[in-house]
Amino acid sequence: MATAAVSPSYAHAGESYQSGIWSWLTTVDHKRIGALYMYTALAWFGVGGIEALIMRLQLKGPNGHVVSAEVFNQLFTMHGTTMIFLVVMPLSAAFFNFLIPLQIGARDVAFPRLNAFSYWVYLFGSLFMNSSWLVGMAPNGGWFGYAPLTTLAYSQGLNIDFWMLGLQILGVSSLAAAFNFITTIINMRAPGMNLMRMPMFTWMAFVVQFLLVLAFPVITIALVFLQFDRFFGTNFYTMTAGADPLLWQHLFWVFGHPEVYILILPAFGLVSEILPTFSRKPIFGYPVMVYSGILIAFLGFGVWAHHMFAVGMGPIADSVFAVTTMLIAIPTGVKIFNWIFTMWGGNLRFTVAMKYAISLVALFTIGGISGVMHASPPADLQQTDTYFIVAHFHYVLVAGSMMGLSGGIYYYFPKITGRMLSEKIGNWQFWLTFIGVNLTFMPMHWSGLYGMPRRVYTYDAGQGWEIFNQMSTYGAFIQALAGLIGLYNIWHSRRKGEIAGNDPWGAPSLEWSIPSPPPEYNFETIPTVTSRYPLWDIKSPELTSSVPHSRHGDERNDVSLGGKRVGGFHDHMSAGTPEGGVNPSAHQASTKVSLKTAEQLGIPMPYPTIKPLFVALFMTTMFASLLLIHKDKLQLAVGGVIASALAMTFFLYAWLTSPLEPHHH
Amino acid sequence: MSSAVASHAHPPTSTGLDHRKIAIWAFIGSECMLFASLISTYLIYKGRSVVGPFPHEACLPPICVTALKPILNIPVTSFSTFVLLMSSLAMVLALAAVENRGKPGYEGILGSSKFWLLTTAILGTTFLGCQAYEFTSFVHEGLTIRTNLFGSSFFTLTGFHGAHVTAGVLWLLTLLSIDIKRGLQPKDALLVDISALYWHFVDVVWIAIFTLVYLIK
Repeated sequence: MATAAVSPSYAHAGESYQSGIWSWLTTVDHKRIGALYMYTALAWFGVGGIEALIMRLQLKGPNGHVVSAEVFNQLFTMHGTTMIFLVVMPLSAAFFNFLIPLQIGARDVAFPRLNAFSYWVYLFGSLFMNSSWLVGMAPNGGWFGYAPLTTLAYSQGLNIDFWMLGLQILGVSSLAAAFNFITTIINMRAPGMNLMRMPMFTWMAFVVQFLLVLAFPVITIALVFLQFDRFFGTNFYTMTAGADPLLWQHLFWVFGHPEVYILILPAFGLVSEILPTFSRKPIFGYPVMVYSGILIAFLGFGVWAHHMFAVGMGPIADSVFAVTTMLIAIPTGVKIFNWIFTMWGGNLRFTVAMKYAISLVALFTIGGISGVMHASPPADLQQTDTYFIVAHFHYVLVAGSMMGLSGGIYYYFPKITGRMLSEKIGNWQFWLTFIGVNLTFMPMHWSGLYGMPRRVYTYDAGQGWEIFNQMSTYGAFIQALAGLIGLYNIWHSRRKGEIAGNDPWGAPSLEWSIPSPPPEYNFETIPTVTSRYPLWDIKSPELTSSVPHSRHGDERNDVSLGGKRVGGFHDHMSAGTPEGGVNPSAHQASTKVSLKTAEQLGIPMPYPTIKPLFVALFMTTMFASLLLIHKDKLQLAVGGVIASALAMTFFLYAWLTSPLEPHHH
Repeated sequence: MSSAVASHAHPPTSTGLDHRKIAIWAFIGSECMLFASLISTYLIYKGRSVVGPFPHEACLPPICVTALKPILNIPVTSFSTFVLLMSSLAMVLALAAVENRGKPGYEGILGSSKFWLLTTAILGTTFLGCQAYEFTSFVHEGLTIRTNLFGSSFFTLTGFHGAHVTAGVLWLLTLLSIDIKRGLQPKDALLVDISALYWHFVDVVWIAIFTLVYLIK
């Protein structure tokens, strides 16, 4: 490979792309917002991981005394809430932000300032929710927060208030981002990038945005009911007033099950990018991969009550939800087989990213199979609320989502920062993760089947659970070690990682046709797309020519990518255009390309602005003021809400009345 | 180089529609689920209240201490529903006035977007006034948001709708102020168009609420 110490292979794109803290606070660049999402999510991954480690220490042996029952409740609640809402979703959002515009050949998202707003809401919401630790009242009702347990009658402290207000804030972030990405994907595709030519990651991201748009309002309303019950004394979850004890569960899981696919589909998308590149084959059955992703999302809205088999809904409801749940295994299985067939007969390269992708395929399948097991109500009655369920959802979320996202980080880090992550360190991280994940979660199947209930803060000796809990605890610490190694790898790469070049992996999609990191305007010239694998058309047409159906409506005449003719000859290529070749070591560390600034090219770029940050900040303080209602300081609460709302409206009007960018069209 | 990609300016959108138009439709999709959740909860809790007042039935002792009449005031709400429907008509005319500014047939009142925007806002405010009257009279008759399941789900559902109408009125007044300041031209039609989509959506939701809550016993 090229020498590590050389300076970046191009000069950076001029003064308009400033550095410094102010430039990060005011940025509206989708790539920088993506990086902010990534680093923030990784920080919360550390916090959520520490919470898990404390729990594993407590459960290592019988009758543990590390934490009290109350603290244990807070730990498992915040571990789940953090990992779902503050880690996996934002880490997926990091890739949505960074990749969607690059993969569809756009210069930014449709609403750059709304995008910044989404990130700041996420940051402030996550800080607000975790500030509960500082007052010793972290949420303690489980990530699912079942009412009536979470109503005032049973949870008097501020714990649940922090949780429900925090989720409400985070919901705003997810919804705003979803409207933005839907618009971006529908409306900002480069010429020729029709829907069936979009890269698989963008497709899965597209599907996820619809899940977000349709699922989040439901939990919003469930949380509004809870807020009204706790703050204003309404009766939505008051059993003595005739309320239905299952109302929360239904509303929550109508959100909660699509949420599961919100968590996994982005990882599926990343894996569908990684496997073809390192197999040097187009994805097997592209249209079916797309349709099965859509079908998973569609069916995902019809299975929520399988989380509720134990409440006694009756045989008809149980049967219907059992059947719909088993149905979902079909499109999911299709995806698994298509990934295997993508690798079949391919020219495999076992990079770290590839290893993570393959382990998603293998380990997610284990989680998927245990999922089909408790799709059957009689089996579920044995397994529900035991560690078997914990094993199941950690196999799909850690061995599934996090493996896919980790693979995505290894695959896209060179594009994001311009430098490679070390494969050597990465191999240590991967194998420790792989061992740690299986050592932690595989024994949970047994502790669960031996009857160990979820969420218990301790257990007695002699029930046959000791050995499995010990294994899980050791596994968790191995995972933590792997995480630290990964952190070191990022730090190492930032300082002396190898220069990546445009296309270090020999990948087929548009984001690899531009420099790493990309200039602020992404594409000097908006590319014209003629197939699903535009870069392979140029660099290695033999990869796609023999594969039936790999092209869709192919027109190869008079079209261009990066200003160069596609389907022509390699001598059309020069520095700054797609290159890198089949051999990954052939990247252009030696060629120095000076990138032009957006001004020089006459590309209008949005102004940086601080206003979205302030709108997000005052929206957060508006929600946070509601905490005071509970402390019987109603006037202060109302004052806080009104003051925050006025400040928010002021900045919102300032935002809406200021121009986005220099030139209007 | 292909001539199709020579421009460095923003490329035309893939659909030919403005971004904001797509986004507002996505937003409306989301709002559908929001109101679906509220309406479902109202319907699930219908008839489950253990104390009165009730929407369509009288509450007699011993369930209620004193006899309570059915609480919903259908005539007043029919009037406010009519007002809201008419506001959608005014909204359509406001959009037409902006789109057809200066064209023959759009002189006078028909071409006055200010008049129609103001009319829409006034009709929306009238609707809100009816709702304020309704809420106040319910409270006087002994129904608050805390009284029973009906009170909780009714006030939350209609209150959320009222909040949406309020946001819409503020949006209309913002457009009106722009119109007064510099005059909305046909090129600004999109601004009115997306607010109109929102306004009609809020109107359609009310038709569902009026039918399911007020008309069906």
